[in-house]
Amino acid sequence: MNPLQARELVIDIPGRSSGQPLNFTVGPGEIWGVLGPNGVGKTTLLHTLAGLRPPRSGSVHLGGHSLVEWKRRQVSQQLGLVFQDRQDGFPATVLETALIGRHPWLSPWQMESAEDVGKARAALEALDVGQLRDRLVNTLSGGERQRVAIATVLTQSPDTWLLDEPTNHLDLHHQVAVLGLLRARARKGCSVFMCLHDLNLAARWCDHILLLFPGGEACWGESRQMLVPGALERLYGQKLRTAEIDGAPVFVPAGNSDPQSS
Amino acid sequence: MPGYSRALAVLAALSLVCMALSVSVGSASLSVGDTFAVLTGTGTPIQQTLVLELRLPRTLTGFATGGLLAVAGALMQVLLRNPLADPYVLGLSGGAAVGALLAMMAGVAGAVVSGSAFAGALLATFLVFGLAHGTGSWTPSRLLLTGVVVAAGWGALIALILAMSPARQLPGMLYWLMGDLSPAANPVPGLILLTLVCLLVFPLGRSLNVLARGPMQAAALGVSVRPLEWTIYILASLLTATAVTMAGSVGFVGLVVPHMLRLVLGNDQRLILPACAMAGGSLLVLADTLARVVIAPEQLPVGVITALLGVPTFLYLLYRSR
Repeated sequence: MNPLQARELVIDIPGRSSGQPLNFTVGPGEIWGVLGPNGVGKTTLLHTLAGLRPPRSGSVHLGGHSLVEWKRRQVSQQLGLVFQDRQDGFPATVLETALIGRHPWLSPWQMESAEDVGKARAALEALDVGQLRDRLVNTLSGGERQRVAIATVLTQSPDTWLLDEPTNHLDLHHQVAVLGLLRARARKGCSVFMCLHDLNLAARWCDHILLLFPGGEACWGESRQMLVPGALERLYGQKLRTAEIDGAPVFVPAGNSDPQSS
Repeated sequence: MPGYSRALAVLAALSLVCMALSVSVGSASLSVGDTFAVLTGTGTPIQQTLVLELRLPRTLTGFATGGLLAVAGALMQVLLRNPLADPYVLGLSGGAAVGALLAMMAGVAGAVVSGSAFAGALLATFLVFGLAHGTGSWTPSRLLLTGVVVAAGWGALIALILAMSPARQLPGMLYWLMGDLSPAANPVPGLILLTLVCLLVFPLGRSLNVLARGPMQAAALGVSVRPLEWTIYILASLLTATAVTMAGSVGFVGLVVPHMLRLVLGNDQRLILPACAMAGGSLLVLADTLARVVIAPEQLPVGVITALLGVPTFLYLLYRSR
């Protein structure tokens, strides 16, 4: 696979100073979590890494070549993105929605084959939405739609997965199931890069963490070096209490007895 | 896919039936046998003239116009990701009308009116899409609103031209505005364009399906969004301009036909666009047949019939939309 790499990357958020450039490589088998408060630019970073927005400076590389040197279609064969919000202008069924994940792999003259449909069905089954395949997407619950979106990228089967808050709307069981699926992809050599809001999910499932601070600072590295209470409290401006369960740290917001810290 | 071929075969059969009906029915009715005889080269000279010189060109013009408008509507709906988009609603027909009426007011006729209508439709397109692009982004709701407002502006200009025109030109102008197939134009360019577009959209079809999920999603799946959007936009404008040039301002075909077909056939553009070409053509041919027989021997403008069908459909869509 071609690893995704940020080189001196500064994302472009209008009216915001540039802050610290990012330099990291998301290697095969790695699961990265991006943490930061609302509005810090997590989604913009994901879109920039996917080549959907130009960076302010620096570049994103895929296997040694800058994203802009690749054809859009070649990028989408290697890199999949689960969006945070989805718009659907026209009603489409769940199976049709998952099937568009095959788009990068088909030539303009090809129809989807039985094999493509098989891949889409298998992906829907893997996300536990196989029984909904003939339903219209706009009639589904938020969590079901989230799983359909992930199934679409699973159908696309890229080497590099970018996910914008993949556990949004999901119940506890499906949060764990989705992150388990991502870990299984990583064990097969894929790399995963996702924005998260839940520190505890990040602590349990991510091996690398990128912290985006409101002031434009950033730091990244292995999870156990990044997930320290001091840095996280500064990240969110929120006092935390820490425990340890099954070898992983668990962070709980401290009560708001001190109004200054909440 | 077998389902697709079956749907298209049914629509092709429907188109042939509608055209046969339109050629046979009229102030002098022919039996199906008579019509068939004329088409195979026999039949009386009167029947020959009636079918080959009067009715067949009109039927084919109607079919091409309806098909072009329906495909243009379907393309604009994908472009704007809004089922309410339509050449008529976006003011393209209005621009064409102003062009045609100005030519008529200047006292010219025939090809100059058509050319002026064509120029008006293209001008309207560039105006709407240029203004909607503006300094910001090209959002579908902004585009639709710009189209609606510009269409209102064309409406005012049309009223102004009508008020200023000599009385003897008013009937011709009004007929043009209501959409009229009676001065049957040459259907061949329209039919060729329609066929070409149906062939072209097949390789574009899956990209259009992905674009219907939003530009970001489409880009993430490897679609070059901007070039594709421009292609659709130019194609839709060209189709609309050709259609209004042939038949004047026929409303709502581009709105009603794609919507009905989506309800039945789903939203795969590789099926919907050729289906629109045939169903739109059939609808307009049927509407024109109705227009010729409802108050025979007088004729109604075909746009009256399509608007009578289109307005309730449009209101129903608005009522149902969230």
